[in-house]
Amino acid sequence: MLELRGLQVQYGSIMAVRDLSLNVNEGELVALIGANGAGKTTTLATIAGVLKPKKGSIVFRGHSIAGLPPEAIVRKGIAMVPEDREVFPTLTIEQNLRLGGYIRRNRAEYRRDVDEMCTLFPILGERLAQAAGTLSGGEQQQLALARALMSHPKMLMLDEPSLGLAPALVDQVFKLVTSLHRQGMTILLVEQNVHQTLDIVDRAYVLSIGRVEAAGTPADLRHQVNLQSVYLGEGPEGALGQLS
Amino acid sequence: MSPASETVTFIVDWLSLGSLYALMALGLVIVYGILRLVNFAYGELIMVSGYTLYLLGGGPLPWLVMAAVAVAAAVLSSYLTERVAFRPVREKSLTAMLITSFAVSTLLQNAALLFVSPRARVVPLPDLFSDSIAIGGTLVPVRDLLAIVVSLAMLALFSFVLRKTILGIALRAAADKFTMTRMLGVPANLIISTAFAISGLLAGIVSLFWLGRTASVTPGIGLEPLIVSFVATVLGGMQSLIGAVVGGYVLGLMTVAINTLLPQDLVDYRQAFTFGLVIVILLVRPEGLIRAK
Repeated sequence: MLELRGLQVQYGSIMAVRDLSLNVNEGELVALIGANGAGKTTTLATIAGVLKPKKGSIVFRGHSIAGLPPEAIVRKGIAMVPEDREVFPTLTIEQNLRLGGYIRRNRAEYRRDVDEMCTLFPILGERLAQAAGTLSGGEQQQLALARALMSHPKMLMLDEPSLGLAPALVDQVFKLVTSLHRQGMTILLVEQNVHQTLDIVDRAYVLSIGRVEAAGTPADLRHQVNLQSVYLGEGPEGALGQLS
Repeated sequence: MSPASETVTFIVDWLSLGSLYALMALGLVIVYGILRLVNFAYGELIMVSGYTLYLLGGGPLPWLVMAAVAVAAAVLSSYLTERVAFRPVREKSLTAMLITSFAVSTLLQNAALLFVSPRARVVPLPDLFSDSIAIGGTLVPVRDLLAIVVSLAMLALFSFVLRKTILGIALRAAADKFTMTRMLGVPANLIISTAFAISGLLAGIVSLFWLGRTASVTPGIGLEPLIVSFVATVLGGMQSLIGAVVGGYVLGLMTVAINTLLPQDLVDYRQAFTFGLVIVILLVRPEGLIRAK
């Protein structure tokens, strides 16, 4: 479904992604894991069209999407839930959802989609008219996810959805991701929560300084890689820490 | 004048001036919110509208039609300056856009100097603008009342659009998180063009009343509106649209109060007093009166 070949991305003066190839098949839940500065967030931002690749190809469902602007990427069927969630705090929850469905201009479908999100995330349904800024971190994460789903994506990208959440809420987020995956959603997930991530994904790529260091099923990776080093990072990545 | 009459005059003066300031500030901040660009060519939109009125003056058109064409000219100029001047440098840097806005301002002013005249030109105004009506025994200019009513109607319309239409909601979202808004499928160019068009619309509406004060247009007429809008937005807080409106009304209040209260021999220095007061307010509240949420 998604295939990256030899991707190179410069972020400021730093080569954040050096030579990255990966693929995500339809219906798969794939994770990118690695230390800060490994290039995970940069990779997602490049797929989403926020950053332009310097080299390499990004092919989604048979079409090259490298270098397209963000507003075109979402129309191709890729929705992004960025790090820090990025909900619009001064807009109401309903307005956030409405923007999520921006590319779908059908009023009747829109109502049905909102109802569906309210069933999936009851807390949002209770507070549709409330400003999104009044939600807690966990609730904002649900809103960000619901907003992304409003576009009826073919693939969902989640950047550290568990970041900054209390442990109980982290479990809830992982459950949500698992259930979306079970319903057939293709998901590319970036996480630092390595062990919990490996419990739910089909495959994972371990990134280090902008390259794929290891890849495979969770079972493979648990054997191959010293996961401790994935957590802590090695070599010069510390200097790149501010990137991801 | 009786105290009651002075009060009515004061309130009408304040609300009419404040309403115009608020609309002007809103037009400046709508673009600033999205691009972080203070558009220094903003005042020239009022000039463009003025010369459009001047060119149509003496023709067969009823005034309202001329006014509508003048407003449309301001909208079109605002839209076109973005397409022609700002869009090519948008990806480069904010400084490039800022310098470009000075260039556009200078270019438009010089075009007026060259093709029309450095001297003031008369713009047509409806008779209604020179009428007065009595409110509780006090004569009040109809023009001022119209300025208040039209401005409030514009603010109400604007508020409706920002709350209820998808484009309005997208504009607010983009002012807060531009990249995220684009990731939801809202095209950057659409948002920016819309912001400039709204900016032009507000400047165009304001121009009708601004020009109405002197019934004439000069190449440099845009400078004062630009400064007023800029000061009002800084005063109100540059991060919010409500701030711009509040800033406009507060600046209007200060201006009218200083005009009324200053002794006759100090009236020439009224702007110094107004801006002095602005500086004092900003010393106390550097982020402006309304904080961004």
